[in-house]
Amino acid sequence: MRRTAYTVIGVLILCVMLFPVYWMVNASLQPSGNTLTAGFLPLHPTFSGYKRALDEQGGNLVTSMIIAAGTVVLSLAIATPCAYALSQFRSRWVSIGLLAILISQMIPGIVIANALYTAYERIGLLNSIPGLIIANCASGIPFAILILRSFMLSLPPSLVEAARVDGAGLFRAFVAIVLPISKNSLITAGLFSFLFSWSDFLFALTLTTKGGVRPVTLGIYQYLGTQVQNWNAVMATAVLSAVPAIVLLVAAQKYIAAGAIGGAVK
Amino acid sequence: MVTLTRTRVAGRAKVRGRHHRGESLTKVLFVLPAALAMLALFGYPVVKNLLMSLQDYGLKTFFTGVAPWVGLQNYKTVVTDKLFSDAMLNTALFTVGSIAFQFAIGLGLALFFRNRFPLSGVLRSLLLLPWLLPLIVSSATWRSILEQDSGILNRTLQALHVINDPVPWLNSPSVALIAVIGVNIWIGIPFNVTLLYSGLAEIPDELYEAGQLDGATGWRAFRYITWPNLRSVASVLLMLGVVYTIKVLDIILGLTGGGPANATQTLATQSYQKSFVDFRFGQGAALSNILIAISFVFAIFYLRGTRRAVDE
Repeated sequence: MRRTAYTVIGVLILCVMLFPVYWMVNASLQPSGNTLTAGFLPLHPTFSGYKRALDEQGGNLVTSMIIAAGTVVLSLAIATPCAYALSQFRSRWVSIGLLAILISQMIPGIVIANALYTAYERIGLLNSIPGLIIANCASGIPFAILILRSFMLSLPPSLVEAARVDGAGLFRAFVAIVLPISKNSLITAGLFSFLFSWSDFLFALTLTTKGGVRPVTLGIYQYLGTQVQNWNAVMATAVLSAVPAIVLLVAAQKYIAAGAIGGAVK
Repeated sequence: MVTLTRTRVAGRAKVRGRHHRGESLTKVLFVLPAALAMLALFGYPVVKNLLMSLQDYGLKTFFTGVAPWVGLQNYKTVVTDKLFSDAMLNTALFTVGSIAFQFAIGLGLALFFRNRFPLSGVLRSLLLLPWLLPLIVSSATWRSILEQDSGILNRTLQALHVINDPVPWLNSPSVALIAVIGVNIWIGIPFNVTLLYSGLAEIPDELYEAGQLDGATGWRAFRYITWPNLRSVASVLLMLGVVYTIKVLDIILGLTGGGPANATQTLATQSYQKSFVDFRFGQGAALSNILIAISFVFAIFYLRGTRRAVDE
């Protein structure tokens, strides 16, 4: 009886916390115009907001997708071997490396944007997808190193040693043994790298100056900049941009808590 | 016979030596890409910002390539700007207000979810959604909720007769900062719940059972068992909170753009404004260096605190 009461309270807490998310979906289904007319329920749902969102922001969604996928690949390729080294090799450099990662978390994105803007301007990476992928690795790489390392600390050294006795080099043993075992933590790190990059707003805002390359976060910001007339199109874009987070939460629940906890420097 | 064995042994030792040298090279190759990436994405920007903050680095520089050295002039300019003290105060209020409430509410919810009840796990993971949404999506959603005339918050409060006239949540200098802090609290609660819950889960039940025998229940159990055992998680969380909150930009730009009348301008938004709106990169760099310095002070306190905890 008491346990049921707890569940009811839990559901109520969740309703309050998730109300804005509900409101986003509700507003996206309302007829166009401002939200003055929006009722608590989308009794007459219309998809005109989504049609407009896809017309105007469809290309930006694709851009975001390419940038996020690229960031995942590049971040994992760079972070995984390093995470392994930091978890298994004995060296005083390990603690120096970890300290460097800790300090890197204190550098505001605007500092990175300032420097990359001037450098990109010179080498022609402004307004380019590779430029944004590289910038987004600034959040992907340190996070992936921390997540992967905290998992790899639990790998028994005997696993790799057995392969080594059979004559495999360090790198072969890493690819053939360590990577397959680390699959779950690789998924966690990859999901979060994707999400960070998909959510990126600062680099999109500062490292693009023309309309050519425009991630969807920037598209939403530009909607907000002009006087908002059609909340349903804005909210439909917001819903579409929230899809990765929602899918992640439903499909990959167990990876997420691991990511949240692993990301806090252990 | 003897010599033969000797050369064989020597040969094997040589092979092993070569193997070892190859090995340490491989080890370096494991770390090298990440080290270079960290240098390019963090080391270079920090050095570049330090240099830029000492230069007259403006729009002209991009055409002429010239950025004259000006010493500490940029720091002087930004610190004596009449906006600076407001931005400092706003940054402090934003950071302290956000963290205090995120932590308190997060702790409350974590303690609640510690009770075992059906669906507890599912509800807890659904709670993470606000943390996973892109910040600009949250900003857009809250802007529609907080709209003065048509937003659902004002309409609800009016219907309940809590207020008579609609509150200009984002348009009035006196309430905009509170509204922005409120949204940031909402975004941060899930992360706090998750970390504090994992901290609570690591406290062994036996401690509570033993405490119960000594009469430590309710508040006393919290005070003497829960809190001391949660302290290390709490200190990590608060340090991360300061470091992350102090540099928040997306939420403020999305909700108010630093307005109205600079009421929500922080050091981070100021730095963005100087660099990418006014194209005064030198001044923007000076402001963000001040931001880094503040983060470092907190980090040092934290590191000293944890070292002491380890030493004890």
